[in-house]
Amino acid sequence: MSLEGKVWRYGDNIDTDVIIPARYLNSFDPKDLAAHCMEDSDEHQEAPFAANVVEGDILVGGKNFGCGSSREHAPVAIKASGVPVVIAADFARIFYRNGINIGLPLLEIGDDVEKIHHGDKLRVDTSTGVIENLTTGDVFHAQPLPGFVQDIAKAGGLINYIKAKG
Amino acid sequence: MGMNMTEKILAKHAGLDSVTAGQLIFCQLDMVLANDVTAPPAIKEFEKIGRPVFDNTKIALVPDHFTPNKDIKAAGLAKTVREFAKKHQIKNYFEIGRVGIEHVILPEKGIVGPGMLTIGADSHTCTYGAVNGFSTGVGSTDLGVAMATGQAWFKVPKAIKVVLTGKKPKYICGKDVILTLIGMIGVDGALYKAIEFAGEGVAELTMTDRLTISNMAIEAGGKNGIFPFDEITKEYVEGRVQQPYEAVAPDEDASYEKVIEIDLSKLTPVVAFPHLPGNTHPVSEIDKIKIDQVVIGSCTNGRLEDLRQAAEVLKGHSVHPDVRCIVIPGSQQVYLDAVHEGLVDIFINAGAAVSTPTCGPCLGAHMGIMAAGEKAVSTTNRNFRGRMGHVDSEVYLAGPYVAAASAILGYIAVPEEVN
Repeated sequence: MSLEGKVWRYGDNIDTDVIIPARYLNSFDPKDLAAHCMEDSDEHQEAPFAANVVEGDILVGGKNFGCGSSREHAPVAIKASGVPVVIAADFARIFYRNGINIGLPLLEIGDDVEKIHHGDKLRVDTSTGVIENLTTGDVFHAQPLPGFVQDIAKAGGLINYIKAKG
Repeated sequence: MGMNMTEKILAKHAGLDSVTAGQLIFCQLDMVLANDVTAPPAIKEFEKIGRPVFDNTKIALVPDHFTPNKDIKAAGLAKTVREFAKKHQIKNYFEIGRVGIEHVILPEKGIVGPGMLTIGADSHTCTYGAVNGFSTGVGSTDLGVAMATGQAWFKVPKAIKVVLTGKKPKYICGKDVILTLIGMIGVDGALYKAIEFAGEGVAELTMTDRLTISNMAIEAGGKNGIFPFDEITKEYVEGRVQQPYEAVAPDEDASYEKVIEIDLSKLTPVVAFPHLPGNTHPVSEIDKIKIDQVVIGSCTNGRLEDLRQAAEVLKGHSVHPDVRCIVIPGSQQVYLDAVHEGLVDIFINAGAAVSTPTCGPCLGAHMGIMAAGEKAVSTTNRNFRGRMGHVDSEVYLAGPYVAAASAILGYIAVPEEVN
C-alpha cells in the first residue's frame, strides 16, 4: 500500500508514557486515547500533536521508539490519530509486536532516519518498505518483516490471522 | 553449538530439539498474565476469536494498577476483569484484600517457576527470570490470543551474558546492580535480546536481589533476564511451586553475542537521573538534590527484604519535614510479615505513610502523584517524563537504602550520611 503524508519527527527513546500517559489508561476507547496521544512529549509543544495531526500524517522517531510499558494503548492511540505508518531507526520490542498485532505498519530504517525532518513529505510503500522523501529526494529501504510475521501484517493483525488460520 | 537458558526453554515449549537466534517459533505457554489496565482490551480481543479459554488454571488476572479503584472509569475496568474471571472460572484471580502487585505475588505464590514459559501483558513480566523461567511482556492482543490458544509466537533472541564476580559490599542491593548494568549498556543496550546472568557473584545475590534485577531487564530493552538455578533458587521455589518443574542451565558452548563483566565488590549505591533509567550516577558523586517525595515499593522493590532495608535505615529517625515518604508493601503477605516484624511500626513512627499493595504512584496512577516542579526518589523502575505525575515533575530511581536515607535527609543520600 502506497501512502503519502507529512512527517511528525520525534527523537530517540520515545517511551509509551509519552505516547499515552498512564492517567488516560482508565479508558481503552481509541478516540479517547488519540485525544491525548504524545501529550507529555516536550517536542512540538508550540503545535501539539493531538490537536494538529491530520489523517495520513506519518510519525517518525529515532532509536528505541516505544520503549517502556507494554500498553497496547500506545500504538492504538497513534493509529486512532490517523497515522497510517510509523518509521524509526528501531523499535522497542513490545511496541513492535503490538504494532504488528493491531495492524499498524512499523518500518525500521536505522541511521537513515536522520535524513527525515519534521514537516518533510514522504511517500511510503508499506508492502515493499520503500520510503521516498519527497522533500529531499532521498530514498530509503526498510528491513522486511520476517517469515510469518509478514502474514500477520498482511492479515491486518493477529486476530484476523488467527481467525483465518482456524 | 550448545544452547543458552533462554533457547532451552523456548525450544522445549516449541516442541523442538534446538533453536537458534533469529528463528521464528510458536510456543506453548505455561502461564498467561494480565492486570486491570491490560486485561480489558485483551478480553475484547479474546471475545472476537470466539473460543473458550485454553486452560483456566494457566491464566492469572491481577488487578493491581489502579486498585483499590482510583476512579469510576478504573472501577469499570476492574469490574470487566472480575466478571470475566468469574465467567471463565479463572483460578488465579485476586480480589482486593488478597491481591498484590502482579510480579510480587506470582513468584511468592509459586505460580511461576523454573523452566516455565510465561507471557504477561505487562512489560515487567520479565521478573520471573529470577526463578530460572523465561518470561516476557506482550501487549493485550497477544494476551487475548494466548487466553484462547495457549500459544504465542516468538523470535528467538540473541543473548548477552552478564558475568558477576566479587562480593557485594554493605548497602549494595539488586537495584544497584541492574541500574549499573543499564548505565553501562544503555536503555537499548539489550534491545530484542536475552540477558543471562552467570558467574560466582550470582551466589552473592538473594532471591529479592535477583527479582529486582530480572524485573528491570526491560529497562535495557531486554526481552528477558534470566538467572541460573542454584541453591538459593531451590530454597525459594521448594514448597511454593506446586507443579513439576525442570530447571535449565546453559550448555558450556552456549552462544552469546556479547559478554559483560560486573565486579560486585566495586559497586557503589547509584541513582538514575530523569528521564531515563540508564542515566546512572554514583550517589557519592552527585550534588545535593532536594526532594519532595520518596516512594518505597513496586514490582521492583516491594518485597519484604526491600522493606527491611528501608526500615534498617529509618529506625529511630524521622522523615524530613519537607518530604512525603510512601511505603507500599508489594503483597498482603509482605504487608503482614512487615507488621509482624515491626517494620510497619518503624515506618509509621518515622512519619511515613504505609499503603495497601498497589502499583499506584509508580506509573502516576494514584497514591502519590507529583505536582509541577516536584522531585521524588523512588525504588520503582521508570523515571520517564511525567511518569509519576505532572510532566514537569522528576523521578530519581534508587534502591531502598538510598530511598530511606534520602527520606530522612531531604536530599538524595547514602545511608552512611544518616546519623
